[in-house]
Amino acid sequence: MGAFVKLLFRNRLAGFGAVVLGVIVVLALITPWLPLHPPNETVTANRFLRPGTPGHLLGTDHLGRDLLSRLLWGTRLSLAVGFAAAVIAGVVGAAIGIIAGYFGGRTDNVTMRGVDMLMAFPYILLALAIVAALGPGLMNALIAVAVVNIPFFARNIRGITVGIANKEFIDAARLSGMGHTRILLTEVLPNVIPVIVIAMSTTIGWMILETAGLSFLGLGSQPPQADLGSMLGEARSAMITAPHTSIVPGVMILLIVMSINLLGDGVRDALDPRLRSGALTRPLPATQVARKSVPEVPARPGLLEIDALETQFHVGKRVYRAVGGVTLELKPGECLGLIGESGSGKSVTALSVMGLVASPPGVITGGAVRLEGQDLVGARYERLRSLRGDKVAYIFQDPLSTLHPLYRVGDQLAEAILCHHGIGRAAAMERAVKLLEDVRIPNASARARAFPHELSGGMRQRVAIAMALANEPDIIIADEPTTALDVTVQAQVLALLDELRRERGVAILFITHDFGVVGQLCDRVAVMYAGRIVEQGTTREVLDDPAHPYTRRLIACVPELGEGRRVMAAIPGLPPAVDNLPDGCAFAPRCDKATEACRTGEIALEGGARKVRCIHPEGSVREATA
Amino acid sequence: MSIALKATDLSKTFEIGKRLIGPPRGRVRAVHPTTFEVHAGETLGIVGESGCGKSTLARMLVGLEPPTQGSIEIEGRALDNADPAAFGRLIQYVFQDPVSSLNPRKTIREILEVPLKLLHGMDRKARAERIAEIFEAVNLRPEFLTRYPHEFSGGQAQRIGIARALAANARILILDEPVSALDVSVQAQVLNLLADLKREFGLTYLFISHDLAVVEAVSDRIAVLYFGAVVEQGPAEKVFAMPRHPYTKLLADSAPRVGQPLGGVQSGELPDPLNPPPGCAFAGRCPRASDRCRVERPELRVIEGDQLAACHHPL
Repeated sequence: MGAFVKLLFRNRLAGFGAVVLGVIVVLALITPWLPLHPPNETVTANRFLRPGTPGHLLGTDHLGRDLLSRLLWGTRLSLAVGFAAAVIAGVVGAAIGIIAGYFGGRTDNVTMRGVDMLMAFPYILLALAIVAALGPGLMNALIAVAVVNIPFFARNIRGITVGIANKEFIDAARLSGMGHTRILLTEVLPNVIPVIVIAMSTTIGWMILETAGLSFLGLGSQPPQADLGSMLGEARSAMITAPHTSIVPGVMILLIVMSINLLGDGVRDALDPRLRSGALTRPLPATQVARKSVPEVPARPGLLEIDALETQFHVGKRVYRAVGGVTLELKPGECLGLIGESGSGKSVTALSVMGLVASPPGVITGGAVRLEGQDLVGARYERLRSLRGDKVAYIFQDPLSTLHPLYRVGDQLAEAILCHHGIGRAAAMERAVKLLEDVRIPNASARARAFPHELSGGMRQRVAIAMALANEPDIIIADEPTTALDVTVQAQVLALLDELRRERGVAILFITHDFGVVGQLCDRVAVMYAGRIVEQGTTREVLDDPAHPYTRRLIACVPELGEGRRVMAAIPGLPPAVDNLPDGCAFAPRCDKATEACRTGEIALEGGARKVRCIHPEGSVREATA
Repeated sequence: MSIALKATDLSKTFEIGKRLIGPPRGRVRAVHPTTFEVHAGETLGIVGESGCGKSTLARMLVGLEPPTQGSIEIEGRALDNADPAAFGRLIQYVFQDPVSSLNPRKTIREILEVPLKLLHGMDRKARAERIAEIFEAVNLRPEFLTRYPHEFSGGQAQRIGIARALAANARILILDEPVSALDVSVQAQVLNLLADLKREFGLTYLFISHDLAVVEAVSDRIAVLYFGAVVEQGPAEKVFAMPRHPYTKLLADSAPRVGQPLGGVQSGELPDPLNPPPGCAFAGRCPRASDRCRVERPELRVIEGDQLAACHHPL
């Protein structure tokens, strides 16, 4: 709650709205106890007194009634009516929306078509029709305004409910013995209440305006009862001669509606969970860099060197050390596997190479990434952009979200080529079709005209690979490219990647959590745990003879086909949170070989081509050091 | 051995593009008539790739999806079109995504109390005792009961999902990809927990997964699903070691294995579900397909001993 208020007031305009509305509401609440003239006391001798007249601070109207008194009583009524209308519209609309969204099918179809019909009428016309049918009066105006706003709530809440009704916890509730009514009230409703509150806070101002509009036309509050709309309506005839009679209620309406809208927008933003993580602030085109020192450039530069790279996420006061000093080298034409569990920092390492980690909150705080000897960390954005996709290309896990849904795949491929080579549209298109053939897509020229959703998952990932190859890069960084695919399709895609790499001599940094995939595709492998590399070597060495206890035990966890029924070797505990890493070895709390020495100080990654970060290595590395 | 779960000619057809009035635009047969039995205390593994109908089959077995045809018998009682609550006492479901299967606005205690209260009508004291018992069985600390789902990691959330299924006191659990969303080190913890619980409470499992190695490691028998139909069924140690159906062989060859060259590569994809082929659904990808396969649907039959396959030319 405290955090919510803080977030709300960080938005200055919302804070201003909250203060103005607060003052108005307090005044409206205490009106009966204020020393005011009775609002309906007519003194015709005092007609049209100007504001500032003693005894009548805001002057009087055409019947000599005190304007200040009428304004406060009128505000009280208008606020009450607007609030009541919002509550009625919110409750009824939400009920319709929840029922339609939860039951779906015919119920949904019939109700929502009814709501659509209601929405097809212009707002004010519908309100007028309702009041005409029920007769004028404040109560009827309230009903009219509420009814007119029900469709808005119904549609809004229905959309949210459809999403919730398909969640697995609803199925679980049914299996727990809950009936529909109980599910609606205890499972669905608590999850849509925030949306209802947000929708109400943003529409209540509009409803006050609509009520004022009906009263202005004489259909709402009846004389002598004052509300803001009827005050305006009565002042209409004296607009020129006594402008203050219309300005006073007019300004009040402006203040109320403006402050409610500002506050409503603020509430909506503050309740949005994305705002809290800073996602609504636009990310920079390249990851922020704040390095204290730059590592020295070696004499003989390799193709890609990641040198003591540190990438952190700064969220509020917390610092998440996602990558804590990773050193890797990728040689031309080789396939290097980077393996680790979720949260180990393998994807962040890969994204840091081309400055693709979202900033804020991501910051590269140390180390270097050298492409043919040139440091990319801190390079100018234009330079990074010219290298992205040209020298270094990426393939991501989910091809459905990396391809643009509204463009044909051929056009997207051609665009990737045109970004780096001015060869003309027709030539680029021709090359796109050639690329699709290269990734073994049958009937390539026809498939180039397909949209991403028309292709299967395997085909989409082939298109993504074709796009990565479009500019003949030296390096492809593939981040779990087959995780979302079925095994038979995965085998096809892996075989394709392997073939392309051998044909074209492109180096691949292959990120995965699957030892089987690494074993089949990669020459060398690096194992990551809690943001650091714990072991590195040729694939054969690491998989057959793991030196780090984590690697050994992780391999033991993975069941292999053909071993039959068995009890799995599990690693107890969980990986540490990277904002609270223990001293010494991060794996020590879960390791059965850990000693006191493992829990203090810095443990180095030691060795030549075969490296391990452990005091008590295993297998042949242990024999070598002993 | 008694039969815990029996499905007879169970099938499901979805109507695509439903209209307010008149027939739908198309029909998709998600599950072809399927007959199988699960013995008490057994683990039946079901493998298949996405779109093969394994989740639809599972949802029918717990009453979340009414079957188009066929019957379901659980512990000798017919439950063809009963309410999920009637199913709930006999059979429970553990979901794939542990986090989205827990209501974010309820504490763990509130979530676990529901089946105790509604399915078994237990009073407050009895509920508290039973929850403590179950929580201990799934190795979770009692202070977690007052927390909300977002405070848990995937592995912990999945244990809570299992605890909820146990709370209903059903003896049959449908495990729908229970470890697919988890990291390998946590996956092994959950699989071992499931094995312990099975022994302790005498449970029967239907274990659904796309991961062949995991299914092989936990199952007594395995059924392989392709395009909505069981294409092979047999004892776990034989299905992948000695496949009878060419599709099972393709699956086994495709599974990545350390030290084995990239293999099992075969082009082709699932047929169009709106326009299924008349014969064997796998014929288009099958190296052994003959003209007969393209016109006549093979029935599941005994190939040798306890191995069944739906193939005209079994391996």
